[in-house]
Amino acid sequence: MAKSKFKGKKVDPRSFSRDQIKFYCILIPIACLMVLPVVYMFNEAFKPLGELYAFPPTLIAKEPTFNNFKKLFELSGTTGVPMTRYLLNSIFITLITVILNIYITVACAFVLSKKGQYRVTKWFFSINQMALMFVQVAVAVPRYIMIVRLGLIDTWAAHIFPLIAMPIGIFLMKQFIDDVPDALLEAAYVDGAGNFTVIRRIILPMTRPAVATVAILTFQSAWQATEASNNFITSDVMKTIYYYLNALQTNNAVASRGIVAAGTIILFIPNLIIFICMQSRVMSTMSHSGIK
Amino acid sequence: MKALTKKRYRRVNRREDYLTSMLLLLPYLLLFSLFIAIPVLIAIGLSFTYFDVIKTPELVGVSNYIALLTQDEIFLKYIIPNTFKYALIVGPGGCILSFVLAWLVTQIQAVPRTILTLCLYMPSMVGSLMIQVVWKTIFSGDQRGLLNAFLLSRGWIDSPVSWLLSPEYLLTIMILVALWQAMGIGFLAMIAGILNVNEELYEAAYVDGMKNRFQEVVYITIPSMKPQMMFSAVMAIVNAFNTGWIGPALAGSNPTPDYSGNLILNHIEDYAFSRYEMGYAAAISVVLLLMIAFFSKVAGKLFTEKD
Repeated sequence: MAKSKFKGKKVDPRSFSRDQIKFYCILIPIACLMVLPVVYMFNEAFKPLGELYAFPPTLIAKEPTFNNFKKLFELSGTTGVPMTRYLLNSIFITLITVILNIYITVACAFVLSKKGQYRVTKWFFSINQMALMFVQVAVAVPRYIMIVRLGLIDTWAAHIFPLIAMPIGIFLMKQFIDDVPDALLEAAYVDGAGNFTVIRRIILPMTRPAVATVAILTFQSAWQATEASNNFITSDVMKTIYYYLNALQTNNAVASRGIVAAGTIILFIPNLIIFICMQSRVMSTMSHSGIK
Repeated sequence: MKALTKKRYRRVNRREDYLTSMLLLLPYLLLFSLFIAIPVLIAIGLSFTYFDVIKTPELVGVSNYIALLTQDEIFLKYIIPNTFKYALIVGPGGCILSFVLAWLVTQIQAVPRTILTLCLYMPSMVGSLMIQVVWKTIFSGDQRGLLNAFLLSRGWIDSPVSWLLSPEYLLTIMILVALWQAMGIGFLAMIAGILNVNEELYEAAYVDGMKNRFQEVVYITIPSMKPQMMFSAVMAIVNAFNTGWIGPALAGSNPTPDYSGNLILNHIEDYAFSRYEMGYAAAISVVLLLMIAFFSKVAGKLFTEKD
């Protein structure tokens, strides 16, 4: 009766209907436009030298080669550090940062979410929420001063520690842990579990989507970080591949165009694959992201 | 009986619980203080000094701020208008674009939605390096630049335009690039927010005489997802300021021609790393942080629920 007015579910439809065509008509061209620069980049990486500087420029590589990739791996920095060393540095730093950050974030977010009875937690959560707006470039100099004072110049710690201070990770994780029922924790406590056991046995298994999201966000920021290599690290052997390609691009843009394109593609692909694999977890975390 | 055990448990373990809680909080608290909180405090402190890295900072009161707001011609004439124009378009623009696109993708089925979402999200994860390389080649000033070649072949221009070196185009291009990669994590939050709106609300509204999708959006969707909107707005503002480095990267020089692409971030860099006037640079940083806080406050006024 009255319900017949409701024409079925419109948001998140289960099946295709003709009135969805108009949305595809708007979305597909926009999506193509967004992806076009990335597609162009892929093709740059596979173009032989002649084609890179051809006129008129081509969007799609006509005779794709792996030459640029080969040259990239044979490349070495001004001080003779091979490119693969930079790559290994990046992988090492990113791996350590992601693993450390997951544990530190879950631990802190658990306390912020479930230990509201201690005054310091409420107070710290609102400070952290304010820090979501933090723009690190704005305080590059004070961060440098901190690194110097702590004696971290030219150490791996200078790469890793500043990256772990990531307010958005704490924020998302805390919102997610809020939904873990208190009764469950209460039961565990009554059975004699301490906070560490509760985190290991209850919180970690129940917040996998949020853990995945924090891992992705950390990965993205660590993988593409240049702040440490630019400012905190002086010896070449400890710098990252991202820094190296950046320098190559600014100092020698013409000669290295194809190589830089190949490099950016290699750096982009892990990012893309990880996101595709985890996108459903990211989406379920994001539904908890509201700021009230 | 149960209440009794609980009570006893509480008495015995309260101390232990407090200690382990603080222990768990400690690592992040420490790193947060060292690399976010204290640097901000140092910036505020330094902004009242003259500091050239070599000598110890010398207290000069508010003269840095006075100089910045009255004598720094470049700051007043170029940096401030550029930054406001850029931030006002990229911030709200990015937010609106995210919402519209997020709404559009939620109107279709799950599988094509995932693919299209990925396409729209992709630019925000390509990283600073690819942004530079790709847009530099597209807007390259000679005839081999993609845009120039396209316009030349159509006969719309007679000679190649050096897009990135002309003051009249640079800021527009920066805004375009920033909007291109504005569909980041805030966009994902919006999609999740729209999908999470309680279905019964729509049903009830249709019973009450709601007629079309436009009304759906205005009366149900937006009011139900204000917290996600707030999150996205904050992300959009931060993103707008974070992408401000791009001007000099595209133009290949800092300052950019006629300062046309210099935003407040570049001004900080200029004073901190080229002129080593750290006190002055810190004062600019503080102004920037205040600006971001102000924009977020405005967003908060718009999106937080009134009780």
